[in-house]
Amino acid sequence: MSSKPNVAKSAIKHLFVALAMFGFGFALVPLYDVFCEITGLNGKVTGTVEKVDYTVDTSRTVTVQLLASKNAEMPWRFMALQEQIDLHPGEWKQIGFWASNTTDNDMVSQAVPSITPARAAEYVQKTECFCFQQQPLAAGESKQMNMVFTISPELPEDIQTVSMVYTLFDSTAFADPETVAKLN
Amino acid sequence: MTTTTAAHDDHGHHGPAKGIMRWVLTTNHKDIGTMYLWFSFIMLLTGGVMALIIRAELFQPGMQLIEPEFFNQMTTMHGLIMVFGAIMPAFVGLANWMVPMMVGAPDMALPRMNNLSFWILPFAFGMLLLTLFSEAGAPNFGWTFYAPLSTTYAPSSVTYFIFGVHLMGISSIMGAINIVATILNMRAPGMTYMKMPLFVWTWFITAYLLIAVMPVLAGVVTMMLMDIHFGTSFFNAAGGGDPVLFQHLFWFFGHPEVYIMILPAFGIVSHIIPTFSRKPLFGYSSMVYATASIAFLSFIVWAHHMFTVGLPLVTELFFMYATMVIAIPTGVKVFNWVSTMFQGSLTFETPMLFAIAFVILFTIGGFSGLMLAIAPADFQYHDTYFVVAHFHYVLVPGALFAIIAGVYFWLPKWCGNYYDEFLGKLHFWLSFIGVNITFFPMHFIGLAGMPRRIPDYALQFADFNAVASVGAFIFGFSQLLFLFIVIKTIRSGKQATPEVWEGAEGLEWTLPSPAPYHSFSEPPQVK
Repeated sequence: MSSKPNVAKSAIKHLFVALAMFGFGFALVPLYDVFCEITGLNGKVTGTVEKVDYTVDTSRTVTVQLLASKNAEMPWRFMALQEQIDLHPGEWKQIGFWASNTTDNDMVSQAVPSITPARAAEYVQKTECFCFQQQPLAAGESKQMNMVFTISPELPEDIQTVSMVYTLFDSTAFADPETVAKLN
Repeated sequence: MTTTTAAHDDHGHHGPAKGIMRWVLTTNHKDIGTMYLWFSFIMLLTGGVMALIIRAELFQPGMQLIEPEFFNQMTTMHGLIMVFGAIMPAFVGLANWMVPMMVGAPDMALPRMNNLSFWILPFAFGMLLLTLFSEAGAPNFGWTFYAPLSTTYAPSSVTYFIFGVHLMGISSIMGAINIVATILNMRAPGMTYMKMPLFVWTWFITAYLLIAVMPVLAGVVTMMLMDIHFGTSFFNAAGGGDPVLFQHLFWFFGHPEVYIMILPAFGIVSHIIPTFSRKPLFGYSSMVYATASIAFLSFIVWAHHMFTVGLPLVTELFFMYATMVIAIPTGVKVFNWVSTMFQGSLTFETPMLFAIAFVILFTIGGFSGLMLAIAPADFQYHDTYFVVAHFHYVLVPGALFAIIAGVYFWLPKWCGNYYDEFLGKLHFWLSFIGVNITFFPMHFIGLAGMPRRIPDYALQFADFNAVASVGAFIFGFSQLLFLFIVIKTIRSGKQATPEVWEGAEGLEWTLPSPAPYHSFSEPPQVK
């Protein structure tokens, strides 16, 4: 059959397309994170930033609401020390959360932040946050966990309230060795 | 077009082998097509029984027959089996039978791979169905298997589900590659792309959708497998992953998938309506371009399934408008079908009745889809019975009616006998009435706020649910009549002529009825 070589060629070509699409599925995982970070979609914020001395915009005040939330499988106690604070855009503030490992086991936690409205996410800048690292707590131990941040003066005028939610997850199973070392 | 000869030399000109091994070892496209169709019919009945268990439980409020856990397993398995086991293999079966005959090829391009892609399926679904008898029970997280329901909170049988999905994915990809290779290389001399029958065109495009998105599905379930067993955190926020990522990946597969289940149906209907209107199809090339546009758009609308997940405004707007744009090529198609019938010499044999019902009822499903596409309104409709009504309208009187229409249309060509027209029409009317009684009330209970995937509901939804359950039993049992008609036609019936239908156009009707075991060993000339 004269078409046989062409058939084999089409089959192999399309098989490679299928394999490439399998790879593409996995490539979407980092692409998704990159996309969210660039655009601030999904309320994701960028990591540590260098402290910038903004001219504080005292003409307006933004209310920042702080919410502590726990994943269903997280037994710790976790709360925000202030429910809300007011700040002028450009002003640096430190806020604290309180976490307490009420169990009999040493555990490691990871906080996942989310900002609402998502549009505000790109203006929130943090020099320090407990959510940047895994946080270990020995059995029965408690500690204050801090976050230093500002909201850049470029924040759109119509946003007067920003909510920051931190959800605490049990990530003992995913702990890096350095974090575990701190427990001992 | 380089193909000049396509003799099936390694098989000579004998008929089928005898006994069970004929079916196990066959590489004949007609045998494999037949097996695909029977397999999908068995799966249709299996998934149908599950649907009836669901509808029986929902006949009245309160818990009557089954446990809520089992109810969840039923909704999950019903969805998976109908999508991957009934609709998709039925279309592959029709493609196996018809594509080589329509393009004037002696067989599929890769006959041995064809055998393998069919025989994987019984094992894939065997594995999936066996989970019903396991201690943990079958998968219970819905056919969309959102993480973390399907990872952190999944029953242990989820691993069997994952391997089942891998297998059916491999089968679909091989089937799609085979169809593409056949269409690219095996067309009869003179059959240019724009002379290909529409069923071939729609399958050509569908095959590319399959090759593009089934591997992504395989990737998603592989990530689930790794999260469950190998400690990764693709979808687990505790380890730095994101469950919303699951939904993006799933629907990147899922939206093209729903067009995989409808594009071949468009092709079938585009054959039946011209035949029984005794007119050529109105707007052939616009049909081809419309199909291609729908396929392209299917890749950029996935997040309309996720309007309530917390997307930013721009994203909602983009996906809302992109989704609405799909109504344009779809509208072109509906317009063309109606224009084909306009001033035609219409007769209403069973395939035509199913095809007309397809056009009307699929359009209803399309309109409810447009309603769901409106992002602000979707917050009301999301995860209610309105969604259930929408996708059952496009899948049952849409995809399934087109498959049934295709079976009635081509059955005389396959087995050489006409089916019993009276029984066929009876089957049509029972199905038509049953389907509407089942799914139309779901629009109302959905708009009134009844959530989907619940075994018990508030009293105010009781009447419409009872009506829907009655319809479901009418529709379900009338498919046994279909089985009876098909078996009766295979065994006896009026001898069919080669062209079968007055006004039928295409290479497949130049073959004798029943189509010989080896057809087009010498390629026909297409003018």
